Amino acid sequence: MGNKLMMKLVVGTEAMFFVSLIMAFVYFSFGPGFKAQLLQHLDTKTTGIFTALLLSSSFTYWRAESNYEQGRMGRLKLWLILTLALGIVFLFGQGSEYLKLLNAHVSISSSSFGTSFFTLTGFHGLHVFAGLVIIGIITCLTFLGDYDQGQSSIIQTIGIYWHFVDIVWAVVFLIVYVAPYFV
Amino acid sequence: MMKEGFLEVPEPEEPIPDLSLSSSQGILQWISSVDHKQLGIMYLWLSVLFLVIGGIEILLVRLQLAAPNNHFIAPEMYNQLFTMHGTTMIFFVLTPAIFGFATYLLPLMIGANDLAFPRLNAFSLWATFFGGGLLYFSFIAGGAPDAGWFNYAPLNQYNYSSSLGIDYYCSGLLFAGIGTVTASVNFIVTILKYRVSSMSLKQMPLFVWMILINSFLVLAAFPSLNAALIMLLLDRQLHAHFFSATSGGSAILWQHLFWLFGHPEVYILILPIFGIFSEVFPVYSRKPIFGYAFVIGSGIAIALLAFGVWVHHMFATGLGNTVNSFFAASSLLIGVPTGVKIFNWLATMHGGAVRFRVSMLFAIAFLVEFTIGGLSGVSFAVVPIDWQLTDTYYVVAHLHYVFIGGSLFGLFSGLFYWFPKMSGRMLDERLSRWFFWLMVVGFNLTFLVQHALGAMGMPRRVYTYPDLPGWGILNLISTIGGFLMAVSVALLIYILVKAIRSGEKASSDPWDANTLEWMTSSPPALQNFDRVVPVKSTRPYRDYKRPDDADWNRPNKYGNIDGK
Ligand code: HEM
Ligand SMILES: [Cu+2]
Repeated sequence: MGNKLMMKLVVGTEAMFFVSLIMAFVYFSFGPGFKAQLLQHLDTKTTGIFTALLLSSSFTYWRAESNYEQGRMGRLKLWLILTLALGIVFLFGQGSEYLKLLNAHVSISSSSFGTSFFTLTGFHGLHVFAGLVIIGIITCLTFLGDYDQGQSSIIQTIGIYWHFVDIVWAVVFLIVYVAPYFV
Repeated sequence: MMKEGFLEVPEPEEPIPDLSLSSSQGILQWISSVDHKQLGIMYLWLSVLFLVIGGIEILLVRLQLAAPNNHFIAPEMYNQLFTMHGTTMIFFVLTPAIFGFATYLLPLMIGANDLAFPRLNAFSLWATFFGGGLLYFSFIAGGAPDAGWFNYAPLNQYNYSSSLGIDYYCSGLLFAGIGTVTASVNFIVTILKYRVSSMSLKQMPLFVWMILINSFLVLAAFPSLNAALIMLLLDRQLHAHFFSATSGGSAILWQHLFWLFGHPEVYILILPIFGIFSEVFPVYSRKPIFGYAFVIGSGIAIALLAFGVWVHHMFATGLGNTVNSFFAASSLLIGVPTGVKIFNWLATMHGGAVRFRVSMLFAIAFLVEFTIGGLSGVSFAVVPIDWQLTDTYYVVAHLHYVFIGGSLFGLFSGLFYWFPKMSGRMLDERLSRWFFWLMVVGFNLTFLVQHALGAMGMPRRVYTYPDLPGWGILNLISTIGGFLMAVSVALLIYILVKAIRSGEKASSDPWDANTLEWMTSSPPALQNFDRVVPVKSTRPYRDYKRPDDADWNRPNKYGNIDGK
């Protein structure tokens, strides 16, 4: 009782946390040289592809949820694994983007662009990572038959978190990668 | 014992230790406990411990300030002491005490056996505990934080404070903050999902209501502190540029993030106190609370307004007249719901058979002191006055009238009210009155004169001051008052220990109270209730004791105060 409510509250307070990081990013983005660096170093197309992959992991997770409700354990496992795969690919994409930036000498200490970019996207990445660990655990438990009774609220509870992580990324992507082309 | 209509709560009955912290299985039982009563008690002792530590720190500061041109302690030490004092009192005295009361009382007041997530509850306590430990470890690690409790940039930057103190400030407060957030989540779920089946939201005790509102406030306010602390850690450890204006960062950003948390925080430390008083006033006045719905409504209004006034801490930073006027107006507004509450309590006392027990004395003293603090607060909301008085001792006076005259007095009031329930013992009434008077006199002696000092221009946080007319004597008075308060706290601890050791046994309901927690034994068994009366009004236990005069029998006698 109350698991889902708890997760909604956690997600609510996490949202406030990201609002602070985003505020800082926007605040700095008006500083001199910030936009030029951003446009020079960020690759919106490539990241756009990885964004699409992450967002589709919300779809796959949603499929996992509804198959679980209908007691179809085989499909549940399949969709969970797909979700994991998409999340891992996204993190891989973020890793390669970071590597590229670091090679171009953009780091957290190089400028206020580096500082706010790495902090904001880094904390999101951390949340994706945590989500993957949790989903990994429940996937293993699914294979061990822990949810065969079909009465646990855990799949949906984790779902609230995972959808949240995706929504946050949609916002971050719009603000960091897309908006600079328009303002 | 089983009566018709009682709701049964299954589970075995075992004794649990009272406030004495000793138990059949010794310390291990405490460390491994997930029982909300034991965890609540540990929160409270944690807070007493830090009250003593924070008190000693500020006594040293007051000694240094007792006379002009004094050199009692070194300036570096002075900075660390007042910083640690403020940080400790806010994060490790008031917060844990409030969360201790909430942890202990929530389930008892709503007829539940525990919080929704007992293990998360234990996590919250230990996170707070380790946060405090980390903060104090800084003394050993080469120097405590020394940039004030709000830790302004650029003072918090590495080139101004190169010891590890501020890094410990960040990590300690992060730990404690996570504990506070998880505890609040736990409270909300418990209140919304675990009330005894017949208790509607409109019948909840007001303390429970205030904790509910407060928990939402915590969830909304703490993330911006946590974000600011993380950014600062990144600045200091990885050379990021968030707050250093010389390399693209912004010192004002720290203030925005800090006060976006910090102003709601002062309400986080007062709303639950309003809840305590809303229990205490009716019981000792033998009347139902006046305007039950107004107490809730004004609580919600305060919580919402709390997020619209943070800039009144930044009037002097040069944000411009438009911004300043907007935030001055919103700050003045917050006085309105607070005033509503004051009148609720006054009206509750009015015409009641008031019993002046120590708990009630603190409640009445609160009305006086908090009004003074509120008025000086309102005066800050007037921008030109703020420009004149900010960073003087007038601010110190204001914030202590609300923190001590408000929060701390409320905690004392709650302590004297619920102590018999928690310990099964009565407190020595005569000594308790001594404690009350020493505290009230000491407190006013310490801080009333600081209004004058501030108006005379004495800046806060100065290591020493020149021998200007009046400054020496007023500071001396303030120091003497501080020591009186220290004596009173020592007396309080003596009274508590004495009562736990050999106090007169308390009955389950010594004050003839109204709410469910007084139905169980004192102290309650491991399983809180073996039966709970059906709840039909805001005073279910009183209904049970006086069925002929039950609230739900005559819904019109007090208007619709009980929400029915
Ligand atoms: C009528 C309600 C209140 C108003 C209008 C008000 C207004 C203000 C203003 C404008 C300041 C800024 C002073 C300055 O630094 O220039 C201030 C400071 C402060 N207030 Fe209040 N206040 C109110 C109630 C409270 C309450 C209830 C609390 C806590 C329980 C509180 C705690 C503080 C603290 C801690 C500071 C000091 C900040 C610092 O260190 O500079 N205030 N208040
Ligand atoms: Cu404020």
